[in-house]
Amino acid sequence: MATYQEFIQQNEDRDGVRFSWNLWPSSRLEATRLVVPVSCLFTPLKERPNLPPVQYEPVLCSRANCKAVLNPLCQVDFRAKIWACNFCFQRNPFPPSYAGISDVNQPAELMPQFSTIEYIVQRGPAAPLIFLYVVDTCLEEEDLQALKESLQMSLSLLPPNALVGLITFGRMVQVHELSCEGIAKSYVFRGTKDLTAKQIQEMLGLTKPAVTGQQGRPLAPQDAAATCKFLQPVHRVDMNLTDLLGELQRDPWPVPQGKRPLRSTGVALSVAVGLLEGTFPNTGARVMLFIGGPPTQGPGMVVGDELKTPIRSWHDIQKDNARHLKKATKYYEALANRSATNGHSIDIYACALDQTGLLEMKCLSNLTGGHIVMGDSFNTSLFKQTFQRVFSKDYNGDFRMAFGGVLEVKTSRELKVCGAIGPCVSLNSKAPCVSENELGTGGTSQWKVCGLNPSTTLGIYFEVVNQHNAPVPQGGRGAVQFVTQYQHSNTQRRIRVTTIARNWADAQSQIQHIESSFDQEAAAVLMARLGVFRAESEEGPDVLRWLDRQLIRLCQKFGQFNKDDPTSFRLSESLSLYPQFMFHLRRSPFLQVFNNSPDESSYYRHHFVRQDLTQSLIMIQPILYSYSFYGPPEPVLLDSSSILPDRILLMDTFFQLVIYHGETIAQWRKAGYQEMAEYENFKQLLQAPLDDAQEILQTRFPMPRYIDTEHGGSQARFLLSKVNPSQTHNNLYAWGQETGAPILTDDVSLQVFMDHLKKLAVSSSA
Amino acid sequence: MSQQGYVAAPPYSQAQPGMGAYQGGFGSGPTQPLYGHYGGPPQAFSAPPAGKMHLIVLNRTFFLSAITVVMIFSYPAPPAVSAPYGQPPHSLYNSMASPGPPPTQQLTNQMSSMNLGSHVQGLQSPPPPVSSVVQQPFQTPPPLTMAPPQMPPGLQSPHMSPLMSPPQSPPASMPMASQSMAGTSMAGMGGPFPGPPPPGPGGFQQPGLGSAGQFGGYMAGPQQNMPGAFPGAPSAMAGPPQKKLDPDSIPSITHVIEDDQVKQGGQVFTTNIRGQVPPLVTTDFTVTDQGNASPRFIRCTTYSLPCTADLAKQCQVPLAAIIKPFASLPKNETPLYVVNHGDTGPVRCNRCKAYMCPYMQFIDGGRRYQCGFCNCVNEVPVFYFQHLDHMGRRVDFYERPELSLGSYEFVATLDYCKNNKPPNSPAYIFMIDVSYNNIKSGLVKLICDELKTLLEKLPREEGMETSAIKVGFVTYNKVLHFYNVKSALAQPQMMVVSDTAEMFVPLLDGFLVNYQDSRAVIYNLLDQIPDMFADTAESETVFAPVIQAGVEAFKAAECSGKLFIFHSSMPTAEAPGKLKNRDDKKLVNTDKEKTLFQPQKGVYEQLSKDCVASGCCVDLFLFPSQYTDIATMADVPSHTGGSVYKYSNFQIETDGEHFLRDLRKDVQKSIGFDAIMRVRTSTGFRATDFFGGMYMNNTTDVEMAAVDCDNGVTVEFKHDDTLSEETGALMQCALLYTTIGGQRRLRIHNLSLNCSSQLSELYKSCETDSLINFFAKSAYRAILNQPLKNVREILVNQTAHMLACYRKNCASPSAASQLILPDAMKVFPVYMNSLMKTAPLVGSTELSTDDRAHQRLSVMAMGVEDTQLLLYPRLIPLHNIDVNSEKPATPVRCSEERLTDSGIFLLENGQSMFLWLGQASSPDFIQSLFNVPSLAHLQGHMCALPELDNPLSRKVRSIISGLLEKRSNSMKLQIVRQKDKPEMLFRQFLVEDKGLHGGASYMDFLCYVHREIRQLLT
Repeated sequence: MATYQEFIQQNEDRDGVRFSWNLWPSSRLEATRLVVPVSCLFTPLKERPNLPPVQYEPVLCSRANCKAVLNPLCQVDFRAKIWACNFCFQRNPFPPSYAGISDVNQPAELMPQFSTIEYIVQRGPAAPLIFLYVVDTCLEEEDLQALKESLQMSLSLLPPNALVGLITFGRMVQVHELSCEGIAKSYVFRGTKDLTAKQIQEMLGLTKPAVTGQQGRPLAPQDAAATCKFLQPVHRVDMNLTDLLGELQRDPWPVPQGKRPLRSTGVALSVAVGLLEGTFPNTGARVMLFIGGPPTQGPGMVVGDELKTPIRSWHDIQKDNARHLKKATKYYEALANRSATNGHSIDIYACALDQTGLLEMKCLSNLTGGHIVMGDSFNTSLFKQTFQRVFSKDYNGDFRMAFGGVLEVKTSRELKVCGAIGPCVSLNSKAPCVSENELGTGGTSQWKVCGLNPSTTLGIYFEVVNQHNAPVPQGGRGAVQFVTQYQHSNTQRRIRVTTIARNWADAQSQIQHIESSFDQEAAAVLMARLGVFRAESEEGPDVLRWLDRQLIRLCQKFGQFNKDDPTSFRLSESLSLYPQFMFHLRRSPFLQVFNNSPDESSYYRHHFVRQDLTQSLIMIQPILYSYSFYGPPEPVLLDSSSILPDRILLMDTFFQLVIYHGETIAQWRKAGYQEMAEYENFKQLLQAPLDDAQEILQTRFPMPRYIDTEHGGSQARFLLSKVNPSQTHNNLYAWGQETGAPILTDDVSLQVFMDHLKKLAVSSSA
Repeated sequence: MSQQGYVAAPPYSQAQPGMGAYQGGFGSGPTQPLYGHYGGPPQAFSAPPAGKMHLIVLNRTFFLSAITVVMIFSYPAPPAVSAPYGQPPHSLYNSMASPGPPPTQQLTNQMSSMNLGSHVQGLQSPPPPVSSVVQQPFQTPPPLTMAPPQMPPGLQSPHMSPLMSPPQSPPASMPMASQSMAGTSMAGMGGPFPGPPPPGPGGFQQPGLGSAGQFGGYMAGPQQNMPGAFPGAPSAMAGPPQKKLDPDSIPSITHVIEDDQVKQGGQVFTTNIRGQVPPLVTTDFTVTDQGNASPRFIRCTTYSLPCTADLAKQCQVPLAAIIKPFASLPKNETPLYVVNHGDTGPVRCNRCKAYMCPYMQFIDGGRRYQCGFCNCVNEVPVFYFQHLDHMGRRVDFYERPELSLGSYEFVATLDYCKNNKPPNSPAYIFMIDVSYNNIKSGLVKLICDELKTLLEKLPREEGMETSAIKVGFVTYNKVLHFYNVKSALAQPQMMVVSDTAEMFVPLLDGFLVNYQDSRAVIYNLLDQIPDMFADTAESETVFAPVIQAGVEAFKAAECSGKLFIFHSSMPTAEAPGKLKNRDDKKLVNTDKEKTLFQPQKGVYEQLSKDCVASGCCVDLFLFPSQYTDIATMADVPSHTGGSVYKYSNFQIETDGEHFLRDLRKDVQKSIGFDAIMRVRTSTGFRATDFFGGMYMNNTTDVEMAAVDCDNGVTVEFKHDDTLSEETGALMQCALLYTTIGGQRRLRIHNLSLNCSSQLSELYKSCETDSLINFFAKSAYRAILNQPLKNVREILVNQTAHMLACYRKNCASPSAASQLILPDAMKVFPVYMNSLMKTAPLVGSTELSTDDRAHQRLSVMAMGVEDTQLLLYPRLIPLHNIDVNSEKPATPVRCSEERLTDSGIFLLENGQSMFLWLGQASSPDFIQSLFNVPSLAHLQGHMCALPELDNPLSRKVRSIISGLLEKRSNSMKLQIVRQKDKPEMLFRQFLVEDKGLHGGASYMDFLCYVHREIRQLLT
């Protein structure tokens, strides 16, 4: 029998699903007592090179409020050509096309290895992909040049039949007409005026001239693509657009001394959303917003144009001193919701040294499945490569992006769905399987995920509703079906169906089994998502307290100890890492705002709630590798004791890649030993972490900030802030020992944290 | 030396039908036949035995240089009276001709040909017979005879032949006359003009008549019959109409003009004397500035102000000045000097802020000066100190223009600039309506092609290589398209702004550019514009947002400038300033008629304000095919010193060249921007009212977004206090503006006037052309607020008052039947009559509302030259032209009877131009001009003469082009053949005749005014 480790791994590889519990407690009461809810991380579009899509439509359960998809868990009567839905037990005849099925001739969806299957459906005309660039022109000349080049380059990466559009903004917002010969035309909007979608469409001339003029001329059956002069196929306009981008000038309006340039980001986005809404509703589209600073005028303004008033900080927000915060947030939320309704996703590429208003604008991406990329300048490889990676392709040569996804979750009767946390919005679909308890975005069994990529992962939370006194279904299994409809990057509509099942277990008799089915990695990430979700609306300390309480309760439930004897406390292997994850989570920028700007926090949280488990874990607890002459590179504890003079450390926090040269190594490097032939091995040692870093850099999206530093270097702070401060200036006993570097912090170390945890867990009064 | 001409008029009773005709002229037509004969041959002028006209010239030494024209309208008199007519006082003529050409030579010559000798009789003996006769028509109305058979115009009899027999007054005329009066109240003045009496008539109604004896005798009859007024007794109306005045005998503008030209033409007018009356505007003279502003800059209605407000009120002569601060000077006159007083700015009086000028009296060894305006004594700034010579004049008197000249400019310091920043150079924005109409007519292409060459000729500062004026381009229909024509661009960029509700300019850099730098891009743009919109189906336009866009552009660029808007139709698209058709012919001749002239309130009102505040002048070129509510659309141009050009039913073949000429003139005009004008006066009087293409935020500052060489502002003055004859009256007009090169300047015009407690001085120094300018503007403004009828009444009443006051106070005693006109005002009635026949003042449903509104507004900004020409067009005979002569052909009077079947005439009034071809005009002439054998071969819509290589064609074309060159507007040449339908258009410009759309003939009007005067005098 496979271990749970293997089982979990297998499940993840096949279905992209990781559950916190792989055995489900059979009653509501027991489930609550487990502290960590039955929940899963689900990656709807997990790359499955070995999963060829089938070219037909799924067979659905005929019960109106079920409509589950035929799956390997269904009971099938081959002779009667009838299948029973495993969710509602409805017996359904097979459609006529399945007449030939038999025991030996089964369709793919009935085979156990096809617990995840993808259907290609041919419905309606294939809609082209749409890329609408929204470009800030209030940039430094150098930045603008770099951005222009990146954009020009991107044209060559787009699928040739994709539609592309360009909106530029500064003090004004310009929508560029792309199809024109001769004079370059653009429609201009005032950056300060909030316009309704209707007004925008009217002003762009997009509304159908119902009665005006042209009587008698029948409306030609032109598709929207031909009529909309602002969105044109790349292959037709790429020359034009390249020139247009090339001629793009910085915003020509003078910026007086002591002022910020006037940026009409709010109106620009409103125009972009309005344009797409009017022309291509419910078609996959990406609005790509490039900004070099905060919105400074009009609706969605984040900060005034006076340089003497700095952009809001966490301090201002806590003191309720951020004038524009609420209004701007509300404005962008409204835009995001409109965009999400139409299935368009919004990316934000913010490159500036100061904040750009991501806090207010984050919902644009969070609700629509867009990317947020944050950098210092458009003229950095971080931006350039990240942007390029947006257009990366998979093994089939298809773009790693999908649009307009709708994720539906169906559960068997004992289970209800509480909500989802991820880049999605609720579709308010009140199916019977929807729980009244909300965790994350709840109250629905369907979510819209406008932008998807293979790593997009949602946390989905369930509730066991079986009553305590109801009998456990003997040998019964609970099932969950995920149905993801989306527009593939090759413009096909596809449906991916994943059906999984887990055994029920009686918590009283089978608690050990349940405990060993605990997936502490998934649980840590799922709990972290809950924490981050709460942090968006609650005060930081409250969230930490909640996390702590959950941790203590979990330890109380599963720890083995004698009452009031902390030293006796033990945790089983399946839970052993969990407290440590929580320790690092508490210190992470997802929950701590100290030292982070509101924009940074928003940025970090944005990525945390959408990445898959591996990446999320890296974010919670960065990975530290050590390179030395004493052996091959090895992962070491994320602890200050790992910082040694004769080591090179490579830390991956997901957002940063830090290469840290210990004191001695740094001195050698400075002395130039690596240049000498006799110290070839030193050169190799120096090179090793670089190569490893390169590998990570190659694949990660967004590209991490790459930091090469050494002992005493200012950038070393990135490392020092992450490691467990086991040695600080406070625990003097460590002084003088040659085991690592003390961290100047008042934060508690993991040791202290654990001591407290044990004490509280075993306390009889708690 | 002086003389008075007496013209004997038909019997008094004739004035009655005259009145009737007058009335009828505005309203009903039935009386028309009655007056037909006035336009008839001069034979109508019949003296004995019934009605007599005397033309009397007499010496009046006490009149000094003043000349008074006196016309006597006498009544049927015994035949004996006419006897002395036979003796022309030739000797008198010669004697007065000898010292120099007498101002009224033409007139007197005519008079002489009309047996002037009778004057002695007329003066001495008329009273008794006339008085006796006066009553005759009333008591025994003679039966009305219809006009004598009309004589062909050609058959003018050079001599007076007694032809009319007054006693045959036909009764038929009575009912007609009374009918025409029926609708009007006979109360008040009892004239055909009902309604309230004109302002201050009391003085005339109950005058303490100095020469009561004489007048009293004359008027006794009527008074007895109709005490206080004409009570509408039919008998009163039944004047024998057959009495005809020789049209040649009544004062003629052409003669006055010619006389003045002969007397003062080609001479130098030196402005060194206070209160000097300048030559007529029509006269060709040269000005030497020696302390007073040239009459080209300022003209006054009178150069001798009455000393007291009472006097002013008594005479009712408006005291006004017409200021044309940017008038262009002929080449032989020195342009204005520019004075720089350094960083502290121009030296000004501390109290009244008047600028340093020749009227500042330096005292105390030059250390202080006394302001001529407010008498405040100021310290002379140290840098400005200069010693005085033995005359008390500064030693540097001749070195400083501001001490010795009437007009000069100061360099303005930053204090005089907006936001204390030096202004940027101004900009011209061309805004082209590219809706369907303009594209279809080919106008857009025409404009674009023209602009390419025209922009090379933008006005530039003296001595500059290129113009500093920036240019920008906008096209629009329902939305606006701005163009980026930055020189760095390979091709222009178009920016569409569809947010017409809140207009803004989408770009700054690249919108307003230097033409020379961006020529390639602009060429590219102008080439593309017609093509870009070639397939447009958009027929709706916006208008207010277009202007708003211009304002915003100037605001953004922090400069002033001018918008050239080429617009086709009423703005009906959904946007601010959307207009609805509110043309309603039913309102004509009602109390609500004024609403047709009133602009629609709201958006445009605010827009004018914005425009002026940001120095945005708007020139509107309209190409309408139907009613476009010009009253509203032209509101902004008329408040910003802009012009409105209108080309109805524009067709490129016939109107293209005409429009382009206008455009060229308009673009190349010398102009100042963002101007603010203040008129300061010496104590005792002040400027109270202003008329012109301007905007006023308060009661003293005249703000103009731009002021060009044709803009005239009329300023009315009122007394505050008594003026002193000794010090006279001073005025200083200071205009702060931005030059085309972007410099801030102060243009100063100073003028000193006389003051007199004698009204005769005032009448002597009157300037008819200026007076009519004032009356035109004030009447045109008045029609915004009151019914046309009232306005016309007031005009006539005031005319009568002015003349009656003269008669009462200045003229020597004479018979009441005599119409005595001050010499300086002798042609005033012609102008006044013409003014009342202008489209705005005529209540006729046949006239287009837009045309009336357009004319009203364009006159408001006119200078004296323009109003003079407009109200009395030049009618130049071409058939007897001497092709070799340099001398321009002499114009003839604007009357149908001056036309001949074989004649060819050119008529122009500054707005329109006609070539009239008589039916019997010589085929040779036609051949030479048109290269066709006869009139019948002429093509219908010709708008220019073919270029033929013969002396006649060359000569005529050079006359026409000379006129086109000279006038501020281009005129469309219309060729009309006698008796053709288009001749109607031509005929309405024959202002001495009865108006086509109503309005009296000159003769009728004169009779009517005379009657009014008589009323006033009793």
